[in-house]
Amino acid sequence: MKTEQPLGGRILTPAFLICGLLFLISLIFIAKRFIYGLGAVSNLSDGYPWGLWIAFDVVIGTALGCGGYAMALLVYVFNKGEYHPLVRPALMTSLFGYTLAGVAVVIDVGRYWQLYNIFLPWHMNLNSVLLEVALCVGAYVAVLWIEFSPAFLTKFGGENAKAFMNKIMFVFIALGILLPTMHQSSLGTVMVVAGSKLNPLWWTPLLPLLFLMSCIFLGYAIVVFESSITGSRYPIADESHLLEKVSGVMAWLIAAYLVIRFADLIIRGHLGLAFRGDLLGNMFLLENNLLLIPMAFLFIPAYRKNARVMFFCAVSIVLAAVIYRFNTYIIGFDPGNGWHYFPSVGELFITLGIVSLEIMAFLYFIKRLPIYRRS
Amino acid sequence: MKIERRDFLKGLAGSAVLAMAPAASAIAASSGKTRLPDALGLLYDSTLCVGCQTCMVACKKANNMPIEYSGSQRLWDNPVDLSSKTLNIIKAYENGTPKVKDREIDGYAFIKRQCMHCVDPACVSACPASAMTKDAKTGIVSYNKDACIGCRYCQVACPFDIPKFEWDNPFPKIVKCQLCNHLLVNGQIPACASECPTGATLFGPVKDLLIEAERRQTMIPGKYYEFPVSEVSSAKKQVHKARNYISYIYGKNDGGGTQTLMLAGVPFNKLGLPMLPDRSYAAMAENIQHTLYKGMILPILAFGGLIYLVKRVEKNKKE
Amino acid sequence: MRDPNFTGPIQEKLKGVSRRDFMKFCGIMAVSMGLPLGAGTQIAEAITNPKRRPPVVWLHGQECTGCTESLLWTSHPSLAHLILDLISLDYHETLEVGAGHQAEAALEKSVKDNAGKFILVIEGSVPIKDGGIYCKIGGRPFADIVKETAAKAAAVIAIGSCASWGGWQSSAPNPTGATGIPEFLKGTTVVTVPGCPPNAYNFLSTVLYFLTFKKLPALDELGRPKFAYGRLIHENCERRPHFDAGRFAEEFGDEGHRLGYCLYKLGCKGPMTHANCPSILFNEVGSGAWPVGTGHPCFGCVEEGVGFTIPQFTQADIEIVTPAAEHAPIQKQRGAGISKGSAALLGGIGGAAIGAGAVVAKGLGDKEKGDNS
Repeated sequence: MKTEQPLGGRILTPAFLICGLLFLISLIFIAKRFIYGLGAVSNLSDGYPWGLWIAFDVVIGTALGCGGYAMALLVYVFNKGEYHPLVRPALMTSLFGYTLAGVAVVIDVGRYWQLYNIFLPWHMNLNSVLLEVALCVGAYVAVLWIEFSPAFLTKFGGENAKAFMNKIMFVFIALGILLPTMHQSSLGTVMVVAGSKLNPLWWTPLLPLLFLMSCIFLGYAIVVFESSITGSRYPIADESHLLEKVSGVMAWLIAAYLVIRFADLIIRGHLGLAFRGDLLGNMFLLENNLLLIPMAFLFIPAYRKNARVMFFCAVSIVLAAVIYRFNTYIIGFDPGNGWHYFPSVGELFITLGIVSLEIMAFLYFIKRLPIYRRS
Repeated sequence: MKIERRDFLKGLAGSAVLAMAPAASAIAASSGKTRLPDALGLLYDSTLCVGCQTCMVACKKANNMPIEYSGSQRLWDNPVDLSSKTLNIIKAYENGTPKVKDREIDGYAFIKRQCMHCVDPACVSACPASAMTKDAKTGIVSYNKDACIGCRYCQVACPFDIPKFEWDNPFPKIVKCQLCNHLLVNGQIPACASECPTGATLFGPVKDLLIEAERRQTMIPGKYYEFPVSEVSSAKKQVHKARNYISYIYGKNDGGGTQTLMLAGVPFNKLGLPMLPDRSYAAMAENIQHTLYKGMILPILAFGGLIYLVKRVEKNKKE
Repeated sequence: MRDPNFTGPIQEKLKGVSRRDFMKFCGIMAVSMGLPLGAGTQIAEAITNPKRRPPVVWLHGQECTGCTESLLWTSHPSLAHLILDLISLDYHETLEVGAGHQAEAALEKSVKDNAGKFILVIEGSVPIKDGGIYCKIGGRPFADIVKETAAKAAAVIAIGSCASWGGWQSSAPNPTGATGIPEFLKGTTVVTVPGCPPNAYNFLSTVLYFLTFKKLPALDELGRPKFAYGRLIHENCERRPHFDAGRFAEEFGDEGHRLGYCLYKLGCKGPMTHANCPSILFNEVGSGAWPVGTGHPCFGCVEEGVGFTIPQFTQADIEIVTPAAEHAPIQKQRGAGISKGSAALLGGIGGAAIGAGAVVAKGLGDKEKGDNS
């Protein structure tokens, strides 16, 4: 049986250095944010209190980190052990996505020095959706590091510790499935309270279900996407037969999602908004067409064997899920009274810096830690 | 592949039920929170407001709020909206050639904006750290900066865009009207109501304000009536000619009801107020949460199930 | 109808002043001090039945005598008489008949005889540089005279801006070390009646208040009587509505100036100057008889750090900021839209992503071919 091994190779590649530069630039903006306040670097306002950082770094960042969750779901809940080789790489992306979402939160919240308040029982507001998200995400970050610990333990010895970890791992694997189910759905519920401020194309009591489903197919798409990229660049074992099956699952899930999405809109009588030709309507159409088209392809087995089609389908699905979240959190959000928002250069750079850090960590980890199986 | 699909759909159906249940319960009418019997609030009558902005000055003084300049001239305290420096503002509606007050077409009207002190406040429901609280007796929604983490979810949640954030402060806080509760404890009333010369802003128990609002709704336009000044129970009255009220008491039921009630001669959506369902969005979100997480029963059950499933896979793997 | 109280000796004392004029004067005094109208009778009582005319010593330091002039030019015909009768002006370099040693002897005698009872009025600042040599009277430095005299006075009143805070001589570089009386006599309560010149009625009212109630009127932290200096000129200015509505004279003689618009943009210091000029006016010639009324922006002459300090056409800081007459609109376009920088950055990211995607897709294609072969 093949086992995971470090891929080896140079760390300081041009890609790594460019990312490092971007990260350093972002540090300047981060410093500015902490010295002069949020208004100094961001375009956030009383109308749009949440912008790029919450929508992208946190909501989308964690959703993109759902590869680990989606794969664990497949392996453990649907009892598909053969997907196991895909779990560890997926877990790693989740690790970065979630950890850096936590970092982004510290940059984004105004009173970061009091952030620990949400962990103090007498400060907790159990009615708050955001509290649930925060606690679940916090717990899940810890769980992810524990789940991922065998990779470190393999690298740094500690066979006893590894054996012990393996024994209790089932608890964390179970938690690793439960927690994302809870908070990824709740990330949808978060916007339920925005009510009148969110366009009816996106506001629905079904937000938690839609967010949960979309994070799962997004997770699969990310796994496909990532394998495609790493597979084309690094000598790793070809898992395309697994990807092929994952794609089949994805197609069904997307179909179910779209049925619910449109049925809900039709029942609530707001589908007409989609065809007005305005920005919001077009964003809605874009978001859903980016799902509809790859779904059609993925239902045809022949295409599932084509790596290039698979790659484009994965990109399209990732884009669709990303746009869905942008739409729900920013584009479809209108506080009224003439407010506008577009991320500032500072906001973009800080986000870019965080993503760069993620890529740098990814490159380092796959080269130095046993993540992939070598071909 | 077939087996996979069947398994998968089975799982999907299960999770769908799990997620659909709350949605269904959220749609199903449950009333949310109800008015507190001793709730305090304001009645703002747009038809009585003359736009003198005395309430804005009084509010700034009473709450020690800084001046807010807009435009290039630093001459006036002229905020364009509520902000971290302005808790209370009079805005003007104008249409066409604004000749007649309280007329929708070719008319103008004033509207006072400040915290509505919702019966079921979205900010209180949303705040993860209990920094927003609703007083159990008076129903006043107030803010505690020592609990606040600055996540600004209250701003996202509030349908009236009331909580404001200090964007240019490295150690910011949320700022909102707290119905001058620092004055109430001394037996005084909110500054905007006590200083209003015409009685357009009236302070009092919400139940009395509602009665007063209903009374005004029945007034015959053009006839003269007595209107209390500052407080609904005040002996001081002003005689005004009743205007053409639109027959709507804003805040009676809107968004689950508010403790700031409003009357006007121009439709409220024209005055910039949101048209909300009678049930608060906070109640919908909470319903979803409560259905899913009541006593953590569902998550614990799910956790048990997951442990079983994981064990099963691990066992298969060993074999 | 004749008031029996108002005949005989009183009539005699008042000389040429009619009863009507006199009561009017007392009423005006009471009102200008913010006292109830009834206090006018009390003032009349104090004026007509002085236990003894209180002696007043009036010193002149570095000044232009404008304060005295403005006092003399008040337009009630017999006011000067009245005041001269009311008080015993024992020493006043401008008004007294005597001169030289004779005058100085009168000062010395008055101070000695009336120690602890006389009112000391000081006009002009005290130069303290170089041992006070820049102002000498009878060969003695003014500083010494002030110190000596003030030590024996019942009350000290500084009239005019020079005496109150140094006035124009104290403007940089202040070559003589001109100092106001409150600072020079630190520790002594000094009533200040600043202005260049001060409104004579603010001075008269203060003196009359002292005579009537045997105490000083309420003072602010700068020693100014609150009834006269409690509010900003901006607050009572007749042009204020123009300010609130945003109607300004942009330059002298322009249309706004001719229409009587607000002079703020011409450097009016009303928003930072505490004085009752707009309410009390000058010279009793009717409305508009004060600088702003005539179309000239307030110079801030009464206020230390404003008059003779901030240039005339420099715009004033607004101390008490109130809403403009205009209202906020219901809807206001706000918030930042897309900027060139962020658009360029996003374009760059998008381009890089598409490029990378194309490279990956190309690689995948090759790999697929390889698999097939």
